[in-house]
Amino acid sequence: MTRNKKETPELNSTSTADISFLLICFFLMTSSMDQSMGINRLLPPIPEEDTKVEIQIKPHNVLQVLVDGQDRLSVNKKQIDIRDLKLTAKEFIQNPANDPAKSSKKEENIPGVGLVPVSEAVISLQNVRSTSYEAYLRVQNELTAAYNELRNEESTARYGRKFDDLNETQRDVITKIYRQRISESPPKDTRKNR
Amino acid sequence: MAKFTGKKAKKLAGFNTASMGDIVFILLFFFMVTTTMRESEVKVRTDVPKASEVAKLERKDLTVYINIGPPIAAEQARYGTDTRIQLNDSFKTVDDIRNFIASFREGLDEKDRPYMTTALKIDKETRMGIVSDVKEELRRCQALKIMYNALKAE
Repeated sequence: MTRNKKETPELNSTSTADISFLLICFFLMTSSMDQSMGINRLLPPIPEEDTKVEIQIKPHNVLQVLVDGQDRLSVNKKQIDIRDLKLTAKEFIQNPANDPAKSSKKEENIPGVGLVPVSEAVISLQNVRSTSYEAYLRVQNELTAAYNELRNEESTARYGRKFDDLNETQRDVITKIYRQRISESPPKDTRKNR
Repeated sequence: MAKFTGKKAKKLAGFNTASMGDIVFILLFFFMVTTTMRESEVKVRTDVPKASEVAKLERKDLTVYINIGPPIAAEQARYGTDTRIQLNDSFKTVDDIRNFIASFREGLDEKDRPYMTTALKIDKETRMGIVSDVKEELRRCQALKIMYNALKAE
């Protein structure tokens, strides 16, 4: 009994550091992840006043996507469901059956690959001022998904890998074949003159 | 040499690691404080929509944030419930974006300026009218790289 009283058992605190290290890692991860995700877009630059060049796009190359004030979606003046948009856009861009009503292709010389038929499709996205942002972003998301899937299919066919796993030059080739052409014009109704 | 063979050699002085935990805890507190301090005070509700095709923000230090949404409950008495634009810590109008972007661009390195991204944190119930105005203003400011903030959908 006397021997036990002399030696007080020490608490092993070696693992405290490890536990708090885990906590640190947790905080580092969560604080850097906070909502810094989204859909990237490039706005078109404002054309200079004196150089007004009208770019002629053939009407069959344009897919008109309109989101109206009640968040209804219509493609080429036909109402469709948001779930069908991705497939519609993909078919329009790819045009596997060479339908003359859909986008045409142009042979383009891509460095490192040679002549490749590249779709001339342009997606024209229109909305009105009372469209909700949620509906608008959902459409943007579906269009991005369409392009992403096309790029993935192309890169699997060409390199046997997903688009995200490609190296810089390969990625460049795929982006040149399926360039995102989403054109937006400001809502026509109640446009501000400033 | 009896010194090394005796009982004393068996009892090695243990390295006291009890304080290591405390040091790491201090580190932890440091990180906790700095990461919460960096966020500017949010005065508008930005309940961003969900999207499946989200990409990560590449350079956080080259990003300028624009929040658009209805003022939060605490601010509604003063600012109403109409959709507002928040830059830094205060409510601003579309016309203030020009100066805001310009001053942010000034603070960047010359070589980094083309990569400046504008992250738009917009509440999902916002109407597109104000969003279009902001986008037009950004075009005029030559801030063409934008990102619509969204949550990753499963």
